[in-house]
Formats: sequence, structure tokens, C-alpha cells
Amino acid sequence: MKRSLPIPFLAGLLVLAAVAYTLRLPDNPDAFDTEGFGRLPVLVGGRLKPLDTVARTSLLLIQNRQRVKTPAGHSLTPSQWLLDALFRPERADTYKVFRIDNNEVLALLRLSPEDGDGGVRFSFAQLAPHLADLDQQVQRAAQLEAAEQNPYEREVLKLRNRLQTYLGLRYSLQLPESDDFAAELIRFEQMLPDALAATEAAMAGKPADEALVKELAGYLKKFQLLRSQASMLAIPPPPVLDDPNAWSNLGDALLAAFATSRVAQPVRDYAALGSAWRSGDPETFNRAVAALRTDLVAGNDPRLGRTALEFLFNHAQPFYTAAALYVLVALLGFVSWLAWPAVLARCALSVGFVAWLLTTAGIAARMYIESRPPVTNLYSSALFVGWVGAGLALLLERLFRNSIGNVVAGAIGFLTLIVAIYLPFTGDTMEMMRAVLDSNFWLATHVVTITMGYGACFVAGVLGLIFVLRGTLSRSLDPATAQALLRMTYGAVCFATLFSLVGTVLGGIWADQSWGRFWGWDPKENGALIIVLWNAVILHARWGKLVGPRGFMNLAIFGNCITAASWFGVNMLGVGLHSYGFMDSAFFWLCAFWLSQLVVIALGCLPPSLWRSRAAVES
Amino acid sequence: MRALLRSLVEHLASLRLTIVLLVLAIVLVVIATLDQVHLGIWAVQAKYFRSFVVVQQLPGTGVSIPFFPGGYLVGGLLLINLLCAQFLRFRLSWRNVGLHLTHFGIALLLVGELVTGLLSVESHLTLDTGETRNYAEAAFQRELAITDITDPVFDQVWSVPLSRLERREPIALPGCPLTILPIQFFPNANFFMRRDAPNAPASPATLGFGQQVVVQPAAPTYRPNEENAPTAFVEFRGPDGPVGTMLATLAIAQPQTFTAAGRTYAVALRRTRIYFDFSLSLLEFRHDKYPGTEIPRNFSSRVRLRSSDASEDREVRIFMNNPLRHGGYTFYQSGFKNDDRTTILQVVRNPGWLIPYLACVLSGLGLLYHFALSLFAFIKRDRAAVAGGTVPGSPTSPRPATGGAR
Repeated sequence: MKRSLPIPFLAGLLVLAAVAYTLRLPDNPDAFDTEGFGRLPVLVGGRLKPLDTVARTSLLLIQNRQRVKTPAGHSLTPSQWLLDALFRPERADTYKVFRIDNNEVLALLRLSPEDGDGGVRFSFAQLAPHLADLDQQVQRAAQLEAAEQNPYEREVLKLRNRLQTYLGLRYSLQLPESDDFAAELIRFEQMLPDALAATEAAMAGKPADEALVKELAGYLKKFQLLRSQASMLAIPPPPVLDDPNAWSNLGDALLAAFATSRVAQPVRDYAALGSAWRSGDPETFNRAVAALRTDLVAGNDPRLGRTALEFLFNHAQPFYTAAALYVLVALLGFVSWLAWPAVLARCALSVGFVAWLLTTAGIAARMYIESRPPVTNLYSSALFVGWVGAGLALLLERLFRNSIGNVVAGAIGFLTLIVAIYLPFTGDTMEMMRAVLDSNFWLATHVVTITMGYGACFVAGVLGLIFVLRGTLSRSLDPATAQALLRMTYGAVCFATLFSLVGTVLGGIWADQSWGRFWGWDPKENGALIIVLWNAVILHARWGKLVGPRGFMNLAIFGNCITAASWFGVNMLGVGLHSYGFMDSAFFWLCAFWLSQLVVIALGCLPPSLWRSRAAVES
Repeated sequence: MRALLRSLVEHLASLRLTIVLLVLAIVLVVIATLDQVHLGIWAVQAKYFRSFVVVQQLPGTGVSIPFFPGGYLVGGLLLINLLCAQFLRFRLSWRNVGLHLTHFGIALLLVGELVTGLLSVESHLTLDTGETRNYAEAAFQRELAITDITDPVFDQVWSVPLSRLERREPIALPGCPLTILPIQFFPNANFFMRRDAPNAPASPATLGFGQQVVVQPAAPTYRPNEENAPTAFVEFRGPDGPVGTMLATLAIAQPQTFTAAGRTYAVALRRTRIYFDFSLSLLEFRHDKYPGTEIPRNFSSRVRLRSSDASEDREVRIFMNNPLRHGGYTFYQSGFKNDDRTTILQVVRNPGWLIPYLACVLSGLGLLYHFALSLFAFIKRDRAAVAGGTVPGSPTSPRPATGGAR
């Protein structure tokens, strides 16, 4: 028998090569080393991160996407946009990036959807004339509690946050009002010794150069403005200082010059970089980027390795690639039920394994960058639920080889990544943990186990969906496959019970450790409890032979509703000690999800005689 | 008779009952969680979980009807169901050890929750920097405290729980010549200065600030950040007849004094105090933030712990997820105020705090054991099936016995 290289192996290899291609370092779009600029570290939101991340998260916050188009129709990379926002505000102000979804807010700003890009994105220049009106509305809305705000008031506050993010950037690395900030700094440094002497003399009542004193006062005022407005801590601590967190913003660094008579080197380099960007001089720009690299890396902070990885991670976007691959897995698995079952099922398994490895790498990268266990917020919980669910499904596929595990892995992997990507974006997804959550031990034990429980519940639920849909709508569910499905589901429910029970009790113990109450009937705790109870219902109903195959599968499908409610629903209640915040549009999708599950359950309740695969449920 | 008992136990042990109870528990938790939006977490606990029957007042009427089994009933029946099942069907074999452990753990969890509900007391200890205290203030209980302050060195305190004031019966204080007669009691109230409300009816108070204040009764609040101001008018009677009537309310903290039978008394309606045989002094409170943000990184209190008999005197750091356990009490970092100069510690006395830890270990190990056993059995069967040439799962995707080659 001639042995050739197996097709599934080749398919996996091909996909792996494609994935490897996405991991390369990006090229600059033109002569400017904008990617080098994107790699420079800054301290924002309590964390050292590359400027590229600042650009992307700011864009996501302001306009819900990373793509920017200039009025002339050119596309900008996030780093290019950030450079314009920082150093060329007169241009950045014309880019339509501010997302406004509420027509009343548009009316307040005397705008109509036709003025915007896609009807929802507007430029700062368009908003600027009516900022005073907006301010008035903000004052009013800010006095209300979050639960009492109507959609208009919420949108007003959202727009205020978006504007603050943008303006904070404008003041971060230069004075936006200044025509040539670099020249201004040179002049400041030159006049500083004389001006300080003159000021001292004037204060002592001696004759002094009034003009110099006045000029110095002018600088002081400007730098104080920078200090209060700048959002980035871009200037690293001087090497003599051993506190690695003592980064300062531009205003602080310049005010420090009054004492040292010297402007810090990174400030000058950033000023030179800004001038070069404004005047379109790539050589000076690239020299400044190189100089800053030396300035900022000089401290040898071990965290800089993380910012380098984060930059690569931003560009590779592993979760987008994985989402696409999971679609392929589900499709291959699905088609394998109709044709070429052996080859396609194994192709799907190998592609699925590559996708799963890619999400593993992505999650591992996030863990290394944050120095945290995998789940720290709602976003990362979605990633992790998908990782556990897909992993478990692929394991089932390895054991059962009927392509059902492939379809489940593809569906769960894809849907959870979509949920993660479309979650309401509130800033950096690698945010710092608030005091009570700042415990790697509990994050690693309680949060991880409970999230694994979610993942396993969804695997059981999706298996139930396949059982009912295949059984009622097609003739493809033969008794053997039905038996296999039942056993897979039983395994998944057992796994889910174990992890949700242990996770829930661990959560109680954490609560006892942090506020002395093992169980407080907090919505999030109740949500976890409901999952445990529901899994107990499913298992006892089966052990007691109170349900047949159809009932068992319907219970498993309803587990989807319960898990989704516990995972997202309690966040929408707006009460509780650890809810993540109110989400409007998410509620619509949650209801849609519930409804879809109930429809399938209704199908599953049809008597066996109406199932197209009758034999599977009558046995 | 024996047969009847046996049939009752069999019914109580049935899996059907288990499932009904589990579903009832789920529904109870769901409606209680939804009701938290209106009632707040404490009222919900009392109404749904720490009760046998959930009673709902019909909107717009004073009529209350029971409409759902409460937490004690469902939890208690689950416990009975579990115990009966264990009693009837208990067979010790290696196969069942996991299930027994799990169920024992769950029973322990239910018992632990009951113990906590009945015995645990929550209170708060608020300390300014440099301040020393040897008592905490209860989170929910309030008391009317009458202190004999005649002796400058030694105070004698009588404490009256508010439930006694609600009953409006005379209250004698043992060892004290005074008798208290509650005249009016309001669970919550608002206050105005009398000069701002000239037309208000005359105050029953004849002593203290009550004469200048108008009391307006208010509905009790359940919001998490609001506190009820229980308020009472109480008459004091000495051996020679009435001394006077006083307004006492949580809203006005300062004690009011009066003299009767040659002794001076201070009166205050305050949070019930829980005294320790040790004291805590706040040396320093820290509120660290992440650089360049307002995100709190840590709250910590450095306190000095001194026992009353001076056998212990040491410094302790209490911070997030790191409570101090001492003398049966646990002190948790809970909050702060006054520009970070004052710390608020939550103090819990819960004799059953170790039960859930034990329960968690038992039920976790039990499930792990049981499911691992099933998994190994499954894999063994799978191997045997492959060796025998039949494939578990779908016959539509036969797996070649040789493995990877096509």
C-alpha cells in the first residue's frame, strides 16, 4: 500500500503557515518610521504599553473601530492617526472619528446624520462650535445615577468621554496652540537661567528685566496647562530614581526644568519628532524615533519586553484570525456530515487544533503582558470561555470521531470571539485590577474554574442543539450517532458540574476572605449558583431516569440560557458588588439568544413521530 | 405504622422531590435576584432566603399573601431529602465514595449557611488616624443607650434594643431608679428645625434638642447607600414621678443629658455596640492608586492591637483579601473616608466560618473522584471497542485501526 502525506495533515500545515504569516513584524506604509514610533513605551492607565496600543484603544473608544479615513480618502494606520492627533491637530480635527448614535445629541450639536461618515462619525471640527451646549447637558446628566439616565443622557456622557480622550492626547506631547513647539522649548531653555535670576531679583524688590519675568510666567502657565490636560505619562523617570512607576507627563517634566534648568532629553526628542512630522521630514523623524528608543529603553525596565510583545500582538490580531479559522472548522465539520466524512472530519480537526493553538497563544500573550491569570474582565472571560469550550469539543472529537466535536468547537470558538470583539468597549482590555480584585491567587482559582464551567455548559448546550436540529430537521441522526451525542453531552455536563460547583464555592471563600461573608446573595453569586443547581437538575433527572434522550438534550439546551443569563444577564441588573456595568444593546442580543434556544427546545419537544430521524429518539 | 413511616421516608428520599426542590430553588434565586433592583440586598435576603414562606404585599392594598416557599423551607427540605436518600440508599462501595462525599459536602454547605444566618453578626469599626476603640458598631441593630455619667471615672451603660421601644410598654432598667416609657416610635424619619416650620404641632419632648426639632415620619429605605433614622420619643420616670420626655434618633448623634435623683444620665439612640476585650488603634491608612490613574490599587490599615490585660501588644496590617482574625472576630478592610484619614473595618463574628471551607474540599474531591472514575471507565471501554474492531460514536466516520495513515 502506497503511503502519501495525509490531506488533513497538509491542511493543518497550510493553515499554520498562514497563521505564521500574520505574526511577522509590520512594514511602514511610507518613509516615516511610524511603526517604530508605535513601539515606544508610555505609561497610560497605570500600565506601561506601546503607543500603538494607545492609538488603537483611543480609536476604539472614540469610534468603535481602528480604521481611520482622511477627508481626502486616504486610510491611516492607528499610529499615523495618533501622530496627527498629537502633533498635527489641525488635520486630525477634520477626521470623522467621533461616533454619535443618538439623533437628539446630533440635534444638540446642530448636526444631522448626513454630515457624518456612515451617518454616525463626525469630526472634532464639526463638534467644536457647540461644545458649550454639550457641556451644559453633561453637567445635568452627570448628576444622575447611572440607572436613572436615559439613552440621550448616556450618549451625552459617552461623547464627553470621547472628547476627553481625544483632548488628553492633544496635550500629551506638545502644546496644541503652539506653531513650533520644538523652537519654543529651545527658547525656553536659553532664557531660563536669566529669567530665573530676573524673577528672583524682582521678588527681592531689585531692578529686573520685566520682559523676561513675564515670559517666564507665560511658560509657567502653559506648562501647568499641559500638566493638567495631558493624559499620557510619556516621560520616563530619570535613571537615578529607582521607582519604575515614577513616569511623568509632559507638563510635570517641563515644570521640573525650573529646578534643574534643563529640559529632559525625551521631551526634546518628542518635540523634534513632532516638528519633523509636521514638516514632513522623514529623516529627522526617524532619527528622533531612534533617539527616543535609546532614551526610553535606557532605564532597562524589565516591563519593556512586555510592551514589545504587546506591539506584535496588536498587529497579529490573533483572535480575528482564529475567529475566521473557527468558521472554516464548523463549515468543514458540517460538510463532512454530507460528503467525504473521513477526510473532511480530520481536516476540520487539524484546522480546529491550529485555531485553538492560536487562541492559546493569544491568551498566553495577554497573560504575560498583564502578569495575570487568563480571566480578568468580561472581555477576557469571553476569550477563555471560547478557549475552554473549543478545547473540550476538540477533545470529544478526538475521542468520538464523528465531526460533531468539530462543529461544536467551530461554533463556540467563533461565537465567543464575536462576543469578545463586540462587547461594549470601555477602554484598554488589559486594564488594571481594582484593589479587591487584585489577587492573582483568587483570579487564578475561582475565576478560572467558574469560567471553565461556563465553557463546558455551552459545549453541552451546543451538543443538545445539534441533537435536536439534526434529529428533527434531517434524517442524518442515526441511533449510533444519537447515542454518541448523549454520551458526549453527559460528559460535558459532568465537567460543567464539577467546575461550576468548585468555582462557586471558591468564590464564596474569596468573599469570606475579602469581606467576611461566605455568601451574600449578590447577583453574580446567584448566577453561579443557578448554573450549579441546573446542572444538578440535569444529572439527577438522568440518574433517576426521569427524562429520555429528548428531555435530557432539552435540559442541556436550556443550560445555554441559564449560563448566558449568569454570565451577562446579571451585569445588566445594575446592582451588586461585582457587576461590570450596564449594557443596553447587549440586552437585545441576550434576549435574541434566549429566544433562539427556546425555539429549538420547542422543536425538541415534538413527539418522536414528528422527528425526521425517528429511530434515534425512539430507541 | 412502620409501613407508613417507610413510605413517607421513601417519598422524602425520591429523586423526583430532589428535582422539584432544585427547580424551586432556581426560581427562588432568580426572582430574588430580580427583586434586588427594588429592595436592595438586605431586604431581599430577609424576604426570600431567611424565611420559610415568601410573602408579597399586593400592590395598593395592605393585604399580604404567601406566594412562594422561602429559602429555609426549600433548603431544609433539600437537606431532609438528601439525608433520607442517603439513609435509604446508602451502600458503601468504591464506586459510590465520590457521590457520598459530594452529598455530604453539600449538606454541610446548607448547614453552614443556616449557622451563618442564625449566628453571624456584622458590624463596623470606624477609626480616625491615631484613634483607639474597643468596640464595633452593628451594621443593622440599633439600641437606646442610657449612660450614668455621674462618676467621672466609671460609666454604667444600660442598652435597650429598639424592638422594646416599638412595643410601647414601660421598660425598667435593672439597678437604675429610672423607668422608660416609649411614647412614639418611627422606623425612619426626616427632621426640620421648628423655626422653619412654625405651624407644626407641638413636640412631645420636654427635654433636650427634641423641643427645637419637628419630626416627620418617613418610609423605611432599602437603598444600599442610605440608612434609616429610627426615631423615638421616650418618657423617663424617676422614683418621684415623670422627669421629662426626650427625642432620641440615630440622625442626631450627640448624647443628651439630664439629671434625676441626683445622678446625671446621657441618652443616645445609636448603632448597637459590640465590645471586645482588646482594642485597636489606627496608626496609618493607605489608599494607593495606579500611577497616572484614579484606579485604587490597595487599601490598607496599619493598626495596633492591644489586649485589655496587656498580654498582647502588636502591630497588624489589614488590607484587601487579608483580614485580621482575632478573638473570634474577623476584621476586613471595608472602606475609608475623610480624605483617607479614617478607615472603616468590617467586623464579622461567624462561628461557622470554617464549615464552607470543609464543604468545598469534600464536594470538590467527591465530584472529581466520581467523574474521573466514569472517564476512565469510558476510555477503557473505548479502547476495548477499538481493539474489537467496532467504533464508538458514529458509524458514518469509521476510524481506521492503523491510526494516522489515509
